[in-house]
Amino acid sequence: MSREKPKSFQSLILTLHDYWSRQGCVILQPHDVEVGAGTLHPATVLRALGPKVWNAAYVQPSRRPGDGRYGENPNRLQHYYQYQVILKPNPENMQDLYLGSLEAIGLDLRTHDIRFVEDDWENPTVGAWGLGWEVWCDGMEVSQYTYFQQVGGLDVNPVAGELTYGLERLAMYVFGVDNVYDLPFNDPDSPLGATTYGDVFLENERQQSEANFHGFDVAVLKQQFEQMEEQVPLMLARSYQDKALVLPAYDMVLKASHLFNLMNARGAIAVAERASYIGRIRDLCKMCASAWVEQQEAA
Amino acid sequence: MPQLLLELFSEEIPARMQAQAAKDLERMAREHLAAAGFLPEALKTFAGPRRLTLVAEGLPLAQADRKEELKGPRVGAPPQAMEGFLRKAGLTQDQLVERDGVYMAFIEKKGRPTAEIIAEMVEAIVRGFPWPKSMIWGTKKLRWVRPLKRILCVLDREVVPFAIEGIESGDITEGHRFMGEAKPFVAKDFDEYVAGLEKHFVVLDVEERKQRILEGCKTLCFARHLELVEDQGLLDEVAGLAEWPTPVLGDMDPVFLSLPPEVIRTSMRTHQKYFAVRKAGEEGLAPHFITIANIQAADGGAVIAAGNAKVLSSRLSDARFFWDEDVKVGFEPWLKKLDGVTFHAKLGTMAQRVERIVALAGEIAPLVGADVEKTKEAARLAKADLASQMVGEFPELQGIMGGYYARTFGLDGEIADAVRDHYKPQGPSDAVPTAPVSVAVALADKLDTLVGFFAIDEKPTGSKDPYALRRAALGVIRIILENGLRVSLNQSLTPAFKRASEAEAEHRPFSLDEREEPSASSVVGGVIAFFADRLKVTLRDQGKRHDLVDAVFALGDDDLARIVARVEALDGFLKTDDGKTLMAGYKRASNILKAEEKKGALPTGAPAEPAADSAAEVGLYNALRLLDKPLKDALAKEDFTGAMTQLAELRGPVDAYLDGVFVNEPEHRENRLRTLAAVRDAMGQVADFGLIGG
Repeated sequence: MSREKPKSFQSLILTLHDYWSRQGCVILQPHDVEVGAGTLHPATVLRALGPKVWNAAYVQPSRRPGDGRYGENPNRLQHYYQYQVILKPNPENMQDLYLGSLEAIGLDLRTHDIRFVEDDWENPTVGAWGLGWEVWCDGMEVSQYTYFQQVGGLDVNPVAGELTYGLERLAMYVFGVDNVYDLPFNDPDSPLGATTYGDVFLENERQQSEANFHGFDVAVLKQQFEQMEEQVPLMLARSYQDKALVLPAYDMVLKASHLFNLMNARGAIAVAERASYIGRIRDLCKMCASAWVEQQEAA
Repeated sequence: MPQLLLELFSEEIPARMQAQAAKDLERMAREHLAAAGFLPEALKTFAGPRRLTLVAEGLPLAQADRKEELKGPRVGAPPQAMEGFLRKAGLTQDQLVERDGVYMAFIEKKGRPTAEIIAEMVEAIVRGFPWPKSMIWGTKKLRWVRPLKRILCVLDREVVPFAIEGIESGDITEGHRFMGEAKPFVAKDFDEYVAGLEKHFVVLDVEERKQRILEGCKTLCFARHLELVEDQGLLDEVAGLAEWPTPVLGDMDPVFLSLPPEVIRTSMRTHQKYFAVRKAGEEGLAPHFITIANIQAADGGAVIAAGNAKVLSSRLSDARFFWDEDVKVGFEPWLKKLDGVTFHAKLGTMAQRVERIVALAGEIAPLVGADVEKTKEAARLAKADLASQMVGEFPELQGIMGGYYARTFGLDGEIADAVRDHYKPQGPSDAVPTAPVSVAVALADKLDTLVGFFAIDEKPTGSKDPYALRRAALGVIRIILENGLRVSLNQSLTPAFKRASEAEAEHRPFSLDEREEPSASSVVGGVIAFFADRLKVTLRDQGKRHDLVDAVFALGDDDLARIVARVEALDGFLKTDDGKTLMAGYKRASNILKAEEKKGALPTGAPAEPAADSAAEVGLYNALRLLDKPLKDALAKEDFTGAMTQLAELRGPVDAYLDGVFVNEPEHRENRLRTLAAVRDAMGQVADFGLIGG
């Protein structure tokens, strides 16, 4: 694998994969359920809990229906990629490992201004929070760096360190591109022809934005949400080889969460209702988290 | 004498926590050292992005030996008592000495080596440090603000050996993350430490970091004929974000200068922590910014400047988007939205609060010379911008944006200014509004807040003041005094209370418990007493005695301007000889009255004319008679200095009376007490002199 400075969106991803693979991480593929953030992949939410060692890195497509701009905003997307690293327990030199990844993608740490600025992360829908920083490169947030303290409402032990890179934004910075759709997706000098981010995703942004804001039927979304909500405890009550079906139940929580995001984008959730919906999803997530920890500790 | 150097080296400490951490470290170390009998000659602490440091000079290498005397049981006490005492003291009975019928134990305590005590102290500090938020990491149970990496601890150039959860103490630390060798180095005392840090691009002292930032900014500005827009809060913050703070000047796309300067500055400050600049000697902003990097970059900062400029452009594009969206909407739809915004669960929605402010501002308007209709309209619109996108993004621009939007929509200038200024003054250095309409709305806003929160019993306690009621009260005081307004607080607060308590009743949860209704007099009285307290603080800051404020407030006045005029006159009077002597006379007279009051009710009514042969009595009688009208006239004109001058006329007669007249002569007692009461009452028209301390 080449250690040259990446020239395209995909080689940025490959460079990060190569880097974290060399550090000993499991390199996973995205989870196949719609999620709003890389954290929600079971490889982070569930694996951050329980006593077992776990080190993984993966790309996760993230969907934020409300952020769709029909492909007209150079910085905002309703579907984008997060690069996610989870290291449990967090190694002593995690900050150095992180800085090494920035060097790997071509940022010279003696020319750029890298700073760790306080930012305490929390995700109320999965009952998770941690302390850490936004990492700034020349005034731009390039990553979120968090030491988890609670997930699914449960204290973590040992502590997992989490890194999240917003890949499009990082790529735009590294390649000096002002519009996300102009990002080179593959090598611009490819003998097979150059492909941009817009070639791949612009049409998707247009159609999905229209669906998010006008296409989905609110009544159907609401019904599906309620069905998922009902199904989670039923799924957890089932077991195979004496283990409650946590993993399928958690997938249902993710689906409920995405349905909530879709309803929200349709403007179907009043301000006063928001907190209650988030609380309902969190309760489902807590059920899964407790059952998961029980299984992890028993094993 | 030996020196102690301690450094707690960690990952990046939040900037906002550093100053307090340095104070806490100093306090905890002083307490521990004092408990061990040490009094360092000097002790100083430092806090920065990655380290807390303490240096203490003049510690001995061991504690002095100590003798302790312990009192045991009496001779002949039951044996259980003796056994218990011996166990506690760790002695046998033959080691005790009998003194005055009591067994005494004399215990010699060998002084312990200082290093041992320091090791315990550091562990106790680390485990008990009061971080506002702390965390665990890895597999450790230890809590710190972010992972703790190293502990440097040397006493007299020797490592104090200990380990806390696997972190061993040593004499090694690290410098800058990226600059220089970026390798750990040894420091055995404070001089080596500071020199080592400097060599490795770390400025230890936060004051030096600030100095470096300001000087760097000024140099950059000077070369470009610019001026730094100083910002103390931002300076404090950025000094906690860089170990080698290095200002870098970047360019802003000038098209954004069409945005209000407050928007640009707020976006720069809150999102990017940049300083704004203006052209030397000119108003408004120049199209540049200064960021404080943590690195002196190899390329002189060109990449950093370009990168930051790009980020700023996208931030300002967002701000312009908010502006463009907001001006498409306007006040009326925003006001509708305030219906759905809770102000406080017990006080209803923001829309209901607006209604209360409109009513109150309308009542205040005539008192401050403002047009009633304009005032009500301004009050109605004042909170609308809370629903705008810009204020949603930058809450600190509330009011300011309302003012800009009002002008953009072509509203009356007085109304636009009142919308803009009604939150003022927001701090001691902020100016108070002076235009009548702005004054009326600003007063109504603050009085409604005060009465509302007092009605639901949410008063500030100690350091807790979540609704900033002290600031509101101080704002009212300043607006009234600095504009020379004559307002009866009672008169404005009573209807305000009525409206607030209606809102409270509407939002009160159903409950079977009997609950005492807050009464108008108790709440309004509470708010006025709160004003008295705040006024005391204000006047104390101006060097006035707080007991004078009490003496004047005791008269039951609620007109702040008049109260302050009285306090000032009183303060001046009590500094004169006449004032001091009369004050002493007042004390003597009122002591006599108090003593006599204990024996039975004092006689009432005016004193009768005394016998002509008693010169002292006649003198005071006449002085009181002559005083009455001019004193009342002076008070009616609110000429308090004149009133004091009148009172001064009493000085001689009162002195002569108290020196020459025996009050308790049976046949004259009643009339003489009436005379003294008349003195007290006359003076009591100016202030309650009884509340003035010696």
